[in-house]
Amino acid sequence: MSLIDISGNLLFIAFFAYIIGTVFIAGSIKRNDGAASRAEKWGKIGIVIAIIGFISQLGYFITRWIYAGHAPVSNMFEFTTAFGMFLVGAFILIYFMYRVTVLGLVALPIAVLFISYATMFPTEVTPLVPSLQSNWLTIHVVTAAIGQSILAISAVAGLVYLLKEVDPKTSSRERFWLEAILYFCVVVIGFVLVTITFRGMGYEAQFTYVNNNGMESEIVYNMPALFGMNESELKTEGVMEPLVEMPAIINAKKLTTVVWSFLVGTILYLLYRFIVRRPICELLHPLVKKVNSHLVDEIGYRSVLIGFPVFTLGALVFAMIWAQEAWGRYWGWDPKEVWALITWLFYAAYLHLRLSKGWEGRKSAWLALIGFAIIIFNLVFVNLVIAGLHSYA
Amino acid sequence: MEKISCVCGHENPFGTKICEKCGRPLSEEAKAQKVLDMRYDGTAIRSKTYNKSIIDKIWNFFSSVKVGVSLIIITLIASALGTIFPQEFYVQVATQEEKALYYKQNYGVFGELYYNLGLSDLYSSWWYQILVGLLGISIIVASLDRGLPLYKSLKNQRVKRHESFMKRQRIVAHGPVTEGDSSKTLDLIEEKMKNLRYKVRRDGNALLAEKNRFARSGPYINHLGLIIFLLGVMLRFLPGFHVDESMWIREGEVRAIPGMDGYFLENKQFILETYDNDPTRAQIEQGVAAIAKNYQTDVKLYKQAEGAVLGDTENMELVKEYSIRVNYPLKYDGYAIYQMDYRLNELKSMTFELTHKQSGESLGSMKIDLTNPEKEYVLGENTKVQILNYYPDFSGLKDGVPQTASQYPNNPAFVFKMMTPDKPEGEVSFVSIGASPIEAGENEYKMTFKGVETRNVSGLTIRKDVTIPILIIGGVIFLLGLAIGSYWNHRRLWVQQLEDGKIMLAAHTNKNWFSMKKDLDVVTEYAHLPQYIDQLEEKDEKDKEGDGAE
Ligand code: HEM
Repeated sequence: MSLIDISGNLLFIAFFAYIIGTVFIAGSIKRNDGAASRAEKWGKIGIVIAIIGFISQLGYFITRWIYAGHAPVSNMFEFTTAFGMFLVGAFILIYFMYRVTVLGLVALPIAVLFISYATMFPTEVTPLVPSLQSNWLTIHVVTAAIGQSILAISAVAGLVYLLKEVDPKTSSRERFWLEAILYFCVVVIGFVLVTITFRGMGYEAQFTYVNNNGMESEIVYNMPALFGMNESELKTEGVMEPLVEMPAIINAKKLTTVVWSFLVGTILYLLYRFIVRRPICELLHPLVKKVNSHLVDEIGYRSVLIGFPVFTLGALVFAMIWAQEAWGRYWGWDPKEVWALITWLFYAAYLHLRLSKGWEGRKSAWLALIGFAIIIFNLVFVNLVIAGLHSYA
Repeated sequence: MEKISCVCGHENPFGTKICEKCGRPLSEEAKAQKVLDMRYDGTAIRSKTYNKSIIDKIWNFFSSVKVGVSLIIITLIASALGTIFPQEFYVQVATQEEKALYYKQNYGVFGELYYNLGLSDLYSSWWYQILVGLLGISIIVASLDRGLPLYKSLKNQRVKRHESFMKRQRIVAHGPVTEGDSSKTLDLIEEKMKNLRYKVRRDGNALLAEKNRFARSGPYINHLGLIIFLLGVMLRFLPGFHVDESMWIREGEVRAIPGMDGYFLENKQFILETYDNDPTRAQIEQGVAAIAKNYQTDVKLYKQAEGAVLGDTENMELVKEYSIRVNYPLKYDGYAIYQMDYRLNELKSMTFELTHKQSGESLGSMKIDLTNPEKEYVLGENTKVQILNYYPDFSGLKDGVPQTASQYPNNPAFVFKMMTPDKPEGEVSFVSIGASPIEAGENEYKMTFKGVETRNVSGLTIRKDVTIPILIIGGVIFLLGLAIGSYWNHRRLWVQQLEDGKIMLAAHTNKNWFSMKKDLDVVTEYAHLPQYIDQLEEKDEKDKEGDGAE
């Protein structure tokens, strides 16, 4: 077995460890009524499995680093998996500070989603273009990702807090948005499912189209084209023609992927609602019933306090040092840079609102979730849609 | 200004909420609170006290956290708007009209609107800069407004606080010791708290244990760092604080470095290397054939001799030989030279032969240096060729006149005048690549293209920025303050032993109550103190029960 195969297997082990860890942690909570000691044992086992998963993923990271000769944070697959790993790491760190197992119930599934999402992108090791061959870049990306994952724990705590505090039985604006977040997670699952399915079928449809410079180009779809590129012409036989054609300013291939994900996600969600007949937040509510809200709220604040300086160092300071070394200007208003600045400003606002305006509890939990949304936006949307210097895709 | 006198006799400055000396709540607001608002320890904050003159109003505006946060959010949204479409400096066209067209062509109506609203050059717009300026002012004012009084009050803390202060803390305990002799209790507390690295002061039957007071300075230090950083950024707009030039330099050339007076650079060679990997899936999807591995210019940096006149390239002194690569600029004397761009295989010279059309007989050949062509090439006795006109980047005819798109020899074209023994008065011919020559009449001779020589051109950027040390200082102070404020917390424990031996205690921390409680658990057990309660959590529990009863 070569190093890269070992690396892949370690990632696989980590992936399943996170799933099993989640199951144990969920089990520990269910049992809370009767056998307290057994519940505690289940929780402990859950944590141990999560730690094993983390170590295994660390093994993936290191072996891939050795194999590739550069830190495995240089494309969408690598960065997103690493983010999942740091998220679990941050969860373990916070666990040892506060001993609150229930956070794992949110943190581990998010890591699972991240890794699944990551493997939808090309997973091969890619050589580095000259601008990326820099130690400062590695330090910058790794520190920024660690900072983001610690900040993300505040969203994990926020979600736990809201699952407990928002009454799932009565309809309210808060319940609507909480359910919307959970629905969005289902859409991500939808994305993973459609991608895997069509990839398994080996679906391919080749088109020629006219891009916005008026040039003829080619593009390959890996799922049935719902939307066609500008003046597109199908070149493959026996596959679906696009339903609608899009103007040149819209990338119809990406739009197709997004719409497929929403379609499948929505069907999944509706199926769930049809069978269980309750919102997801109501299903999850009993799991977090025993949670000490004050403590979870404080964990949310604390993780922002811990993560903010790390994020500043990684995403702004080290980024500026790298930019200065590579381009001779520490700041270039590249979209990715601007979104790091936006994230930073947002968490600064969070801290001020909390400290001076007394925004604690629910308000602060919502802010933490918005902060996480900005981080995700930066990772997914800015990388894939608004291309810039940092774009991996 | 009038003073507020407390029951204890202490005269407090106007606006004080909690007596500086004994801690009794003074304002009506404070008296009504079950748990005191301990921000700034209840000292008089200028902005919360005066609101008469214009200056007060301006001061209050900028020191308001509401305003501060609003400014942060507005900056945030504005910054986000700038990322919808690429900014102008990423658009590779020269004129305003071309830019307008670019946005219209690529992004339709929205692109046009974006350009017309000025969002395409947002970050250098006056209003964006004013926004950042206001943010800076707000940080300064708010920090002075709160920082100074807070510093004063924390410096002059009394050990003994009044009961009404103690009771209104978030964490309180009141009761007899749970075990043993109560006369030893304060000693036990002191011992344990010192163990936990608290500083302990005692005053009769009262005790104050305090830890990490310096953590309160964190936000003020980080704000200071931020201001220094912003000042550094602003200085950059003044002329002379930074150099930002670029140059194209061909292999073999020696050129004066723009912006770096007295220095010359020689381009020995430019190297482009690519990986020889099998194309990956990502490469195939994007249609990228080969991935670049290295862009490199091997250079020699020269310094002009002392006292040499401008442009004098004699007696230059070699100061450095270096290979400039991406991420590895050549650094010298505060300047840095970066590898930014390149052009491969630029035409260097063209060789033509002067031949007789009919017989094909050659009268000799000439090599034209395309960056520096001669006026006249002598090929033999009574045989010479003049270059009447040279178009380095021929782009077609306009009203019958040849045009050149640039000064770069991308598509050279010439007007030759061929003088031969047969035709001493000369024949004129317009010669361009890939087209048959245009002649005034019917010529007997023609210029036959023989070959070219090419070379690479390297695009370099020269930068110097004297504001960088200021930015570094600001950044370091900012991070230091951030760490101090985030990773340390100011914790205090007030204890009093009452006449009957009972213990009353109260605790406060500016953040991280969890760890404060852990400290309290330790000392409670060690000194057998009555169990403390968290009044906020207790309140929540009560609210919940209330809900249930409804
Ligand atoms: C982007 C710019 C800013 C950054 C990064 C920043 C950063 C911080 C940080 C990290 C804290 C500590 C928060 C905590 O420990 O929970 C803080 C506190 C504070 N900031 Fe800012 N700040 C910024 C702008 C402002 C502005 C514009 C104001 C103006 C109102 C302001 C006023 C304050 C105040 C009053 C405090 C509380 C200080 C204390 O309680 O001792 N800040 N700031």
